[in-house]
Amino acid sequence: MRATLALLTASARRAAALAALAAGTALAAIAPSSSAPDFTLRTMGGPNVRLHEQRGQVVMINFWATWCGPCRQEMPHLNRLHDKYRASGFVLLGVNVDDDVKNAAAVATKLGVKFPVLLDTDKQVSKLYDLSTMPSTVLIDRDGKVRFVHRGYLSGYEDVYDRQIRELLK
Amino acid sequence: MTAHRRLVAPLLAVSLLLLGGCAIKPIQPWVKPYERERLADPIMKFTRNGLAEKHSEHVRDVREGARGATGVQGGGCGCN
Amino acid sequence: MAATRGCLLVGGLLAASGAGAVDLPEDRADALLHVYNGGGVRAVGPALLVRKRIADRFSLTGTYYLDAVSNASIDVVTTASKYSETRHEFGLSGDYVYRDSQITLGATTSREPDYTATAGTVNLTQEVFGGMTTVSLGFTRGVDDVGKKDSPEFSDKAKHWQYRLGVSQILTPRWIMSANFEAIADSGYLGSPYRVARVFGAAVPERHPRTRSARAAKLRLIGDLGSRDAVHAGYRYFRDTWEIKAHTAEVGYSRYFGDPFLADTFLRYYTQKGALFYSDNAQSETLYVSRNRQLSTFSSVGLGAKLAWTARKVPDKYEVKLNGAYELVRFNYKDFTDIRNGKKYAFNASVVQLSVSATF
Repeated sequence: MRATLALLTASARRAAALAALAAGTALAAIAPSSSAPDFTLRTMGGPNVRLHEQRGQVVMINFWATWCGPCRQEMPHLNRLHDKYRASGFVLLGVNVDDDVKNAAAVATKLGVKFPVLLDTDKQVSKLYDLSTMPSTVLIDRDGKVRFVHRGYLSGYEDVYDRQIRELLK
Repeated sequence: MTAHRRLVAPLLAVSLLLLGGCAIKPIQPWVKPYERERLADPIMKFTRNGLAEKHSEHVRDVREGARGATGVQGGGCGCN
Repeated sequence: MAATRGCLLVGGLLAASGAGAVDLPEDRADALLHVYNGGGVRAVGPALLVRKRIADRFSLTGTYYLDAVSNASIDVVTTASKYSETRHEFGLSGDYVYRDSQITLGATTSREPDYTATAGTVNLTQEVFGGMTTVSLGFTRGVDDVGKKDSPEFSDKAKHWQYRLGVSQILTPRWIMSANFEAIADSGYLGSPYRVARVFGAAVPERHPRTRSARAAKLRLIGDLGSRDAVHAGYRYFRDTWEIKAHTAEVGYSRYFGDPFLADTFLRYYTQKGALFYSDNAQSETLYVSRNRQLSTFSSVGLGAKLAWTARKVPDKYEVKLNGAYELVRFNYKDFTDIRNGKKYAFNASVVQLSVSATF
């Protein structure tokens, strides 16, 4: 009986240790209230854009690809938001993950994308932000903290984006 | 009684380890959504033209003894 | 160690993260002209498919299929005379999508002057493991009414049950595989009231068992080769209670030529060991006897080519494609003879498919 109890406590201690280790090496998802990881990427137009230089403004990062249907559906709505709030200190950055940059540029032009399109051809920033869905949209406040993360796009999400941008701009 | 005690301890240890194991980071999908560009191409689809594949399957079903597991499904007919 | 790994895998599977989306299948309209010509049988006809999204998550599909058959096959010319027949098939199905799952309900009915088959299907598809794995379950139940031309007193039924399990798995950014399993059960009248068997050289009506149970398993693999081309391979094993064992192997290669052209070529090899009660000329009296070629020991090789031309494409609006396919199949029978000359029967068949498909 005592032997069983001793073994029990030993196993429980082991389990607790493992659980603590797991909490430490938690899934690297971008959690709200964490600082947005910095990155620098080349834009379609040429010059580099660095995330930390946008501090003081509300930033929305939208990860998209030409081969992703919902990503293309979302573009007109993102264009509208960009037009509506850019004068109020809102920056919209599109991060494209296509292998073929020329094709990405062609599709972006066809969709009439007006906000900067950053090129993440080697997928480093996508890995950094641990994207679990395409498209993914991250909203960052003026202090550089991640506030909202949206995975995927369904009709109606653009209204949620609008509400959240307005909240962060206050 | 001794045999029973010999089983309980390891069983308990294994079940706790299993639960402890569940707390460890589970296996993550190793092909991330942003790496699926090639897989989104129509050339990578198992079935491209459903109507034509249905016909091909029908032609084979009528003449061969084997049926099924093709990923194309349909009802029957009296063709034999 | 194995137990822990098992838990990790299950944990990963259930942690299907992300807003996830199984997309509702796109709206489309297809028109197909199909031709089969071989062994004295010619079957021609149109087929149509229309799919339309009705509400946000629901879409409806309607299909129509016509087979105008002119049958002068070896069975027909040696035991009866050439005949023509038309078969109509209608289908209706609905898809409902919710997040990572899709459920499909469908029904089909096939009508010939002497045979009516009705079937109902339910399919469930679920994306798991971050969208890398798709699991699908399906069930089809069919009921057939068997009749005989010019014999109103002949009337029988056949019932079918099909259970399907499919898993498709992304292996790498360039390779994807799928495994399909199916269990089929048939009961009732499973033969043909016109076909005869041969016992001691004399023609007798065939006698098939009234039940049949089968299992099939198929593995497929598609890989992207990097220069706008892909290769695919597949293998299927079939076994049933009539002691038929069949192997199917297929390999193929696809390639884009410029933007609008997509060409495929494939090779298909099929071999089967015949049913226990099958005999070309039975030398003993058995409970069941059949001379149905379909149940004999034979092999077939098919070589095919397909070409798809994108006639018009407006991204995210609509796309119109013209498709053509041709397959040449050679059948070689090991234990079915042509009674006109006593030699093992063999023939070539051509399958042609021409279609227009519009997606919008």
